[in-house]
Amino acid sequence: MLDQDLRNQFPIINQEVNGHPLVYLDSAATSQKPQQVIDAISHYYTYDNSNVHRGVHTLGNRATEGYEGAREKVRRFLNAKSTEEIIFTRGTTTALNLVAQSYGFANVEAGDEIVITYMEHHSNIIPWQQLAKAKGATLKYIDLEEDGTISLDKVRETVTNQTKIVSVMHVSNVLGTINPIQEITKIAHENGAVMVVDGAQAAPHLKVDVEALDCDFYAFSGHKMGAPTGIGVLYGKKAHLNKMEPVEFGGEMIDFVGLQESTWKELPWKFEGGTPIIAGAIGLGAAIDFLEKIGLDNVEKHEHELAAYALERMKEIEGITIYGPDNAEARAGVITFNLEEVHPHDLATVLDMNGIAVRAGHHCAQPLMKWLKVSATARASFYVYNTKEDIDRLVDGLRIAKEYFTDVI
Amino acid sequence: MSSRNLDQLYRSVIMDHYKTPRNKGVLEESSVTVDMNNPTCGDVIHLTMQIEDGIVKDAKFEGEGCSISMASASMMTQMLKGRTAEQAHQLAEIISNMMLGNEYDTSIDLGDIEALSGVAKFPARIKCATLAWKAMEKGIDGESEA
Repeated sequence: MLDQDLRNQFPIINQEVNGHPLVYLDSAATSQKPQQVIDAISHYYTYDNSNVHRGVHTLGNRATEGYEGAREKVRRFLNAKSTEEIIFTRGTTTALNLVAQSYGFANVEAGDEIVITYMEHHSNIIPWQQLAKAKGATLKYIDLEEDGTISLDKVRETVTNQTKIVSVMHVSNVLGTINPIQEITKIAHENGAVMVVDGAQAAPHLKVDVEALDCDFYAFSGHKMGAPTGIGVLYGKKAHLNKMEPVEFGGEMIDFVGLQESTWKELPWKFEGGTPIIAGAIGLGAAIDFLEKIGLDNVEKHEHELAAYALERMKEIEGITIYGPDNAEARAGVITFNLEEVHPHDLATVLDMNGIAVRAGHHCAQPLMKWLKVSATARASFYVYNTKEDIDRLVDGLRIAKEYFTDVI
Repeated sequence: MSSRNLDQLYRSVIMDHYKTPRNKGVLEESSVTVDMNNPTCGDVIHLTMQIEDGIVKDAKFEGEGCSISMASASMMTQMLKGRTAEQAHQLAEIISNMMLGNEYDTSIDLGDIEALSGVAKFPARIKCATLAWKAMEKGIDGESEA
């Protein structure tokens, strides 16, 4: 387990909610922020704030150095070859939309296929739905195994030489499943398709190496890994990005502007129209420093341990259904479940009254909810600041909810 | 734990409607059918109403959701029968005010619906309580336009 002291670096955690010490188990929705990140953003606005890439003055240089310095941190974090391959976006959703609108519209034609899976988040479904509808292409779904994993045989059955794009989430925000991205990428490439990865739930929790994965695009959000909201990243192989057209036009992304024609800046700036998310990028850089100091391997190990402990403890409760793989090693720190006789919204309210924050609903994955044959579920998700005591509190809370509803009914 | 607050939310009359919903099902001869969902949480309601000469003769619902949303739907169908479209809108407005913690018309006997007043203290649950009422208003408005 990680050092308890780590928890104290997240100021928000040390508070009472509804008369109880807060137990925050909703990090898959958004993570809390370490003091180091809050300080970096505060420092930027207090001392360095200026626009980037244009000022001759000192503050302009500091802001540019901070912003581009963060890009280099992201490059290293993902093990990408060059900062030209790192595009700052508003988040995973914007990054995936950029791929669909730029690469997708230029490369997908009527009769082509786009392949995703049943476990995808809406942000990795709808951009492809829209693209398929506009182009007359087919959107195909890879079926899941009973335990919520993806079998490579099913991938091979679904991906054909008509497939132009395969897009799969690295880690499921509902099932916690860690998907075999490297192997799926290989199958996509064998069929001449590009591989897009939704890394929103992976980048915060495990070491991502885009070179080893060999994927063509990788998207993630800062706010799930200790950084502020409104900053995310699209990694793309330079060969693709060079050929792609921007989807947003205006200031910051242009080279030469004429009355009827304009030319674009080089990579990565041609995809970053408008004044960029400077403080957000600096915050993301600080979050990467924070995570790398702990070590992503240690973060992953910590979450496996918490998941294993939670699976074991939660199973003690009668009438509980836990979705996703039973093996803690095959999953990240996300546990989605239902308690018999207690609707997840009611459960979340009772837990909240006990200071415990969990998510209830469809988790932006309606096709997966349909596959699981449920309309809603409850979800507890962990991060570096969570402890086994938090899980004990959750288990106590579940018992209280169960008793409460048995009594009032 | 703060069970007193919880008790205000989960009054026994609400739990009774949740466990034993009134008017659950589909009206065969309905003049109005409304499907509505709460996209943020996945609650769904299928409401059928028989409206004749501007009066709600009958109403039934089917759906999936938490205790608050399903109990609210059950109570609503019970209250609607025999009321005019205008009276139905009045009830919906009372619910809306109740949820916002505003003063509401107390000249009408609200029956079981009064129990929903505890939801106002739980902002995250207001949409659960109002789903059925929004469906009803949509149905009645559609009917008058037709």
